[in-house]
Amino acid sequence: MVARKNETPANAVGRASSGKKLLKCFEDHRHVWVFMELERGKVHPVSIELLGEGRRLADKLGVQLAGVILGSSEGVGTKPAIEEAFAYGADIAYLVESPLLANYRNEPFTKALTDLVTTHKPEILLLGATTLGRDLAGAVATTLQTGLTADCTELDVDGDGSLAATRPTFGGSLLCTIYTLNSRPQMATVRSRVMATPQRADKPIGRVIQHELTMVEEAIVTKVLAFLCNDGSEQSNLANSDIVVGGGLGLGAAGNLQHLRNLATTIGGGVGCSRPLVQKGWMPADRQIGQSGHTIRPKLYIAAGISGAVQHRVGVEGADLIVAINLDQKAPIFDFAHIGVVACALEFLPALTEAFARRMPPHNSIKGMDRGRLDDQE
Amino acid sequence: MHIVVCIKQVPDSAQIRVHPVTNTIMRQGVPTIINPYDLFALEEALQVRNRYGGEVTVLTMGPPMAEQALRKALTHGADRAVLLTDRHFAGSDTLATSYALSQAVAKIGESYGAPDIVFTGKQTIDGDTAQVGPGIAKRLNLQQLTYVTKIVSIDPTSRELMVERHAESGTQMLKSTLPCLITVLEGVNAIRRGSLDDAFRAARSPVLKWGAADAGIGELTKCGLRGSPTVVKRVFAPGPRAEKAMQMDINDKTLAEVAADTVAAIFAREPVLERKLTSHGDR
Repeated sequence: MVARKNETPANAVGRASSGKKLLKCFEDHRHVWVFMELERGKVHPVSIELLGEGRRLADKLGVQLAGVILGSSEGVGTKPAIEEAFAYGADIAYLVESPLLANYRNEPFTKALTDLVTTHKPEILLLGATTLGRDLAGAVATTLQTGLTADCTELDVDGDGSLAATRPTFGGSLLCTIYTLNSRPQMATVRSRVMATPQRADKPIGRVIQHELTMVEEAIVTKVLAFLCNDGSEQSNLANSDIVVGGGLGLGAAGNLQHLRNLATTIGGGVGCSRPLVQKGWMPADRQIGQSGHTIRPKLYIAAGISGAVQHRVGVEGADLIVAINLDQKAPIFDFAHIGVVACALEFLPALTEAFARRMPPHNSIKGMDRGRLDDQE
Repeated sequence: MHIVVCIKQVPDSAQIRVHPVTNTIMRQGVPTIINPYDLFALEEALQVRNRYGGEVTVLTMGPPMAEQALRKALTHGADRAVLLTDRHFAGSDTLATSYALSQAVAKIGESYGAPDIVFTGKQTIDGDTAQVGPGIAKRLNLQQLTYVTKIVSIDPTSRELMVERHAESGTQMLKSTLPCLITVLEGVNAIRRGSLDDAFRAARSPVLKWGAADAGIGELTKCGLRGSPTVVKRVFAPGPRAEKAMQMDINDKTLAEVAADTVAAIFAREPVLERKLTSHGDR
C-alpha cells in the first residue's frame, strides 16, 4: 500500500538475518486465521477487509485461510457469519457456539480463542483494531506469550514465511516493520477501512470445525447488565462519506474552518481535520483523520493546509483521489496526493467552492454558495 | 482502597520532527510529558480515592528521567510514586513491558497492600498499541475492563463495581468485582490542577527507584529485548507515491482560474463524481 523510497530486498530481513531459529514446538503452526467480529450477528466490515488481506497472505504462503466465529445460536445465530466467511474467501471456519458468547466479554472470548489456537495452531492470527478486537487481542497474546503488532497499515509475507507487519511509529512520524521471531501465532490488528473490501462471491459453506466452550457462566466474573446502542447522531459520517474535506494548521485559526465547511456543504462532503487541530481544540476528536482517528476511503479527499505527516497519510491513502492544497511546495502531502495546488488554503478554499458551485445545478449548490459568499472575507 | 496507576513518560508528539535528509527522529530538545491518556486514568483514580478513601500509587517504567513524570503525578495528588528502571528493561515490547509492570504491581501490593484497582490510560500517544493494560490484567488475573467511560459505583463491602464501557456501536453496562484493571477512555473527566499542598508534598516526597531485583523480578529472560517476541526490523519514512502528483499550474493565473482548472482535473479523474455533482436529479 505504501510506496517506499528504498525497498529492502525481502531476504535481507526476517528470521534468517536475526540468527534466531523458530523453536521446534512452533514449526507445525500453519494457516492464516481471521477473527470475525460480530455485532448482534452481523459481521463487522473490518473482518471482511481482513479476510481479503488474509486470503492474499495465505495464497502467498500456500496455506489455508480460516474464519474464526465465536457467538451464540440465539437471535440470528452464527450461520450468516459462517456464510460470509466462505463468501469472502475462507477455506475453513472455526466455530465456537455458546450462550456465554452472546455478548462480548473478555473472559469467555479469550478462553474460546486461546483454546482454538492451542488446538489448531495457526501461524498468523488477524483481528480488527476495534475496541473489542484490541481488548481481546491483548489478552490472547499475553496468555499465549506471543507477539502482537497493533494497528498495522500493511501486511506481507517475507522470504522465509514470516509475517512482516508495518505500522506507524514514534507518534506516527515514521513507519516501522515488525516481526514476531520466536513465537506463534504471529498476531496483528488492523484498523477499519485500512484494507480494501474484497469481492464477494456466493459459495457453499465449506468445512466447519466446531468446538465446545469449556466454561460455565458461574466461572465468569464480569456480567453484561445492559447494552445501550448509539443513536447514530453522535457518530460522524466521515468513515463512510464519498467526499471528505480535511483542514490542517495551514488554515491559521479556528474561525477559518468555516471556509472548509462551506466547501463541504457545497459538494456534499464530510468535514475532518488533522491531529493538531484536535489538540488545539479547534475541532472535536471524532473529526480527526489519521492513525489515531478515522481511516477514510472516499472517492475524493481534499486536504487544505495539511502538511501530510505519516500518521495522517496512513488514514487517507485509501482515497481514490487526493487533492492537496498547501502553501509549502515541499510539504510531504505532495508525495502522496494525486492533484497538488501550491496556494494558501485559506484563499483557495472560497475560490474552489465557487468553482464547484459554477459547475453544479443551482438547486444543488445554492445553499453552499450563499454561505460561501457571506463568509468570504477575501 | 489501594489504587495503582500506571503511567508513561512520552515525547510531546506535537514537537517531534523528522530529519529531512536522514529520515530519523530528531530527539534532541523534544520535551516530555505524561502520556495525555494517562492523565484521565490518574484523575479517575484520585476521584475514587476521594470518594472511598485509600491511597493512590503511581508507577512507571522508563529511564531515570521518567522521575519527572512521577513528580508531576504527585503534584496532581498521588500519594506514592515508584519508578521501575533497569538496563535489563531496555528494548521491551508490550509483552515484556506488561511482565515487568505486573511484577512491580505485585511487589507494590506486598509492600503497601494488595491493589484493588489498577488504572491505565487507554493507550499511549507514542506507541498507540493499547496492549499493556490487558497484558497486566491477564498476568495478575485481574478483571479486565477496557475503554471505561464511567465508574458508576463501587461497593467496598461486597467488592462489586458497576462501570460503563465504550463498545463499537454503543455502551456496555458491566458488573464486575475487585480486584480489576480499568483502562480509562479520554475526555471522561476534568483533570484537576494539584493544590499548593500537593505541590509542597510532592517536592518533599521521595520517588522510589526500583531495579529488576527490587521489584522481585527473577526471570530476566522475560525482560527487555530478550523477553520481547516482536522485533522492529526497519524504521523508515514512506517515500513518494510512484505516480507523481499533478501540480496545478498557478503561474499568471487568478485563484478563480486555478480553482476552475482544479475542478476540471478532479472531474476528469472521477467521472462518476462529476455525474453525481453536476446532474440535475436529487443528490
